[in-house]
Amino acid sequence: MLGAILTGVIFALVLVFFGRFLKRRLAILFAAVPLGLFLYFSQYIKPIANGDIITQSVSWLPSFGINLDFTLDGLSLMFSLLITGIGFLVFLYASEYLKGHQYLDRFYGYLGLFMAAMLGVVLSDNVVTLFLFWEITSISSFFLIGFNNNDKASRKSAITALSLTGFGGVLFLGFSLILGSIAGTYSITEMLNAKELIVQSDYYIPIIILLFGAAFTKSAQFPFHFWLPGAMRAPTPVSTYLHSATMVKAGVYLLMRFTPVLGGPDSWHYTLLAVGGVTMVYAAVQIVSKTDLKAILAYSTISALGVMIFLTGLGTNKAILAASVFILVHALYKATLFLITGIIDHKTHTRDIRKLSGLRKVMLPIAIIGLLAALSNGGVPPTFGFLGKDLIYEAALESERWNWLLTGASVFTNILLFYGGFQVGVKPFIGDLPAKYEKITMPKPQLWIPPAILALLSIVIGIFPLLIQDSLVVPTLNALHVLEDELHLKLWHGFNLVLGLSMLTILIGLLIYFKMQPSDKRTALFTKYEPLSPKAVILKGGFYFKKFSFKWTNFFQNGYLRNYINTILLFLVFLLGFLLISHIQLKMNFDAMTDITFPELATLIILIISVLFAVITQSRLAAVAALGIVGLSISLIFLFYSAPDLAMTQFSIDTLTMILFVLVLYRLPKYLNLTNPRNRIKDVIIATTFGTLIALLALEVWQVTNNNEVSRFYAEHAYTLAKGKNVVNVILVDFRGIDTLMESVVLTVAAIGVFSLLKLRLHQKD
Amino acid sequence: MNTIVLRTASNYLLPLLLLFSIFILLRGHNLPGGGFIGGLIAAIAFVLHAFANGLNRTKKLIKVHPGFIMPFGLAVSFLSALVPLLSNAPFMTGIWASDPIPVIGHIGSTLFFDLGIYITVLGVTLTIIFTISEAA
Repeated sequence: MLGAILTGVIFALVLVFFGRFLKRRLAILFAAVPLGLFLYFSQYIKPIANGDIITQSVSWLPSFGINLDFTLDGLSLMFSLLITGIGFLVFLYASEYLKGHQYLDRFYGYLGLFMAAMLGVVLSDNVVTLFLFWEITSISSFFLIGFNNNDKASRKSAITALSLTGFGGVLFLGFSLILGSIAGTYSITEMLNAKELIVQSDYYIPIIILLFGAAFTKSAQFPFHFWLPGAMRAPTPVSTYLHSATMVKAGVYLLMRFTPVLGGPDSWHYTLLAVGGVTMVYAAVQIVSKTDLKAILAYSTISALGVMIFLTGLGTNKAILAASVFILVHALYKATLFLITGIIDHKTHTRDIRKLSGLRKVMLPIAIIGLLAALSNGGVPPTFGFLGKDLIYEAALESERWNWLLTGASVFTNILLFYGGFQVGVKPFIGDLPAKYEKITMPKPQLWIPPAILALLSIVIGIFPLLIQDSLVVPTLNALHVLEDELHLKLWHGFNLVLGLSMLTILIGLLIYFKMQPSDKRTALFTKYEPLSPKAVILKGGFYFKKFSFKWTNFFQNGYLRNYINTILLFLVFLLGFLLISHIQLKMNFDAMTDITFPELATLIILIISVLFAVITQSRLAAVAALGIVGLSISLIFLFYSAPDLAMTQFSIDTLTMILFVLVLYRLPKYLNLTNPRNRIKDVIIATTFGTLIALLALEVWQVTNNNEVSRFYAEHAYTLAKGKNVVNVILVDFRGIDTLMESVVLTVAAIGVFSLLKLRLHQKD
Repeated sequence: MNTIVLRTASNYLLPLLLLFSIFILLRGHNLPGGGFIGGLIAAIAFVLHAFANGLNRTKKLIKVHPGFIMPFGLAVSFLSALVPLLSNAPFMTGIWASDPIPVIGHIGSTLFFDLGIYITVLGVTLTIIFTISEAA
């Protein structure tokens, strides 16, 4: 499975080097990658239907319990097949849709990376690895959404999407770490055994808040839904892939995956019910105000995601079954609708439903595909959609509480979804054909075959639901630990309430579709309330946050070295001073000190004189020289106290510092502009406090009876283990060698920093 | 600075100081010294040369930009840490040749590690000082 994930990454890498040659004629061959992966996952359908679970573990950071654990169970398999299957069709479609695009290789690279990351998300059994892949989906989708990067609006949508999903990513990181530390494991499979522990822990509420934050931002739930319509700026194949089968379903996947671990308490179920319910109704209402094909699809996608979250929240066996089936139903019809929208856009260069009509006269097969998708979307028998909708109604009716409210909300949502589906899949094709569209011809097979396959599947599975019952649906339920004793997916349940509701949905949906034409007045009405929408509120918040951080940064990063030093010193003074005063009783034991010898006294006097000189002198160079004497005196003191290594280092560093100082001061203007007395007094106070504090600290450290086990270990083992007599150096190059290696990397980075800062300035002068 | 005494002296001091820095590097395992301090001393040797003869002549003497010395030093350190992997020991295990070599003494992978530190420190210091003296 790691191999399957890596395939996508390697594909993306290969394109970096060879994309230029491959993209011209061979782009269609790229589709072989997802197709191969689809076949690879298909071979597991049978073993998993028999109850097997395929696992793979590659150790990564075993000491932290973080490993590349992959588990392929029913739920993962269903998602993997969707990701690779629809991925294949999208790869195929894009080869024609974006034919000759300048950056086609990049596009496929992002798409391959995204597919790999999605597979990683659904296959990972380790929450930390899962987080990693989760973040890669956010990042690669950023590049996909902003693919038309010369369009300002497109870039803005990409940033909005990244900010929201990235914010969710941070929450997810918090979630995985807290959950991992409570459960004592990062493995989701093992967490199942710790369920009681997790649910009864004090951190249960914070855990689910973090999880919900991550899932709701990714799956575009109210009030974080608005990045999804914005993401429609992406090329249509991207929208198809991200919004029908992958990206936005990741949140749903996550919630379903954790239902067996975290589900049960009311806070879990009611939050999901409320958020899912509000999202599905709110987004469904928004559909009627939209006139752009992709905008309609965006809101109907949000609404459908709301339905899935809503069902997960219901949490009954029926509801989980309905959610699992609906994921498949939605993926099939929504991908079809997106793909035909792409064809319409490609041929007519508009997506405005008020301008499109009569296209069946020039593209009859597309019209049929659109109709089939719209029927499945609307839940008209005998499509797969009908089956999915029935299950939703059954689940809502069986709810223990508020079943009429929940059923009502579901029916209302489905009516508007029906309307949206017909607007996209039927309306552009009926009526009279405007003269300007008469020359349109059928698109190439790469464009119409993918939606045709999906539309046919919607019908075939609808008529023969047994095709997926034992192979996909039952294993998914098993993976979620839902035990449905006898599952029979079928279209016809006899005349009952559910059928009545279904027919009602279809009738009202048709009625609205024929009576309510898209109007500017209604769009205007929605626009009027736009400032109150979550989008406006959150974006406004983001705006003020940016303003605040700008001010904050300007306050601290004001470019004056003296202010930086003051800030750092004051911060240290407060932090250390507070700890020293509140936690440590100062005690000095002067008797234990050795007597001061004459050389020490002499050095001390030289030191004090040079410090005073450095402060008083009016000449810069003299002050620097005085500081140099201070440094040398300190290295003498090191020598007195038998630390020759330190003394040598101090000596050379001091020499180099002096050279640097002189080099810099040499070019400064001769005149001295002293700061005003007030500033100098401030500096004196800060310097004295800091110096006193450090002196106190040094005295205190000396008082604390230290545990010298560590130094004894080094002293004893330096020669036996590392064959060196100089303990300091043995520690540097052997015992703590990795530290030294990293420090030399830091030094190098600092040197590069100095170099680039100064060189950049030089170039600006030129 | 343009004094004949310093210029003449620096021509002799440079090789001497460099030798001294290598001496410091080699003795580091048993006596005070080591790669870091050795690298600093070597850098001081070049800086002294630059003071006496001008930056450009020192640069000509070194031939490559000191910035390129840094990654070379890092590579030496890193490779010496990788060597133990060849004999299935963990990363950074010290590996020692059995017989001492005259003058240098015992040879081990840590010596090469320290040599890498020496080269890195030399490169870093020279890069910083050369850049600043060019910019100032």
